[in-house]
Amino acid sequence: MNRYVIKAALAGSAFAVALGGVAAPAYAQRDPAYAAARSSGQVGEKMDGYLGIVGSESVELRRIVNDINIKRRAVYSERAQATNATLEEYALTAGCQAILATKPGEKYQAPDGSWQTRTSAAPMRDSRCP
Amino acid sequence: MRIPKLTGAIRHANSFAMQERETGMGHRILAVSIGSLVLGGCVTVEAPTEPIVIELNVNIRQEVIYRLAEDAGNTIEENADIF
Repeated sequence: MNRYVIKAALAGSAFAVALGGVAAPAYAQRDPAYAAARSSGQVGEKMDGYLGIVGSESVELRRIVNDINIKRRAVYSERAQATNATLEEYALTAGCQAILATKPGEKYQAPDGSWQTRTSAAPMRDSRCP
Repeated sequence: MRIPKLTGAIRHANSFAMQERETGMGHRILAVSIGSLVLGGCVTVEAPTEPIVIELNVNIRQEVIYRLAEDAGNTIEENADIF
């Protein structure tokens, strides 16, 4: 009897885990001001894993970029520690992925340091990027 | 009447004096670093700290990036609001 109870409990928890996996949490979306700056090409993804201002700097753009970058740094720092990597290693890797994830029309930084507009073609990335 | 002219001349001399002082500061910094070198071995660690950090970015190896790639990809997905 006891064995059946345990089995049922295990199956139940497995089912709950599966359900949780299906009902994936809706991840928070970009702040509208950031989303607008991004799609208009005022900000772009840098190679180092942080956001950069592409054209002329304004107080508002600097505020948006700093806010995002401070939050990114906190996340990088936490994950770097968890993966036994340095902050710079983790940030650079995230930069590879973030540039790859840019949508056509968005800006990213090429290995030569220049700002590029993402097209449907693969972005120009650091030779070490996966 | 002659005194202002003299001060004018002194001003030129002052600029040279400044240069001398700057080199003097250089010597002082050198003296301080040599002094701290003598004081303890820890300085040999402290001195190259900055250049090493800059080199790290260049020296991040591809295998490290490959190892972190999946985790970094998940991190970006899970923090979609800041990416």
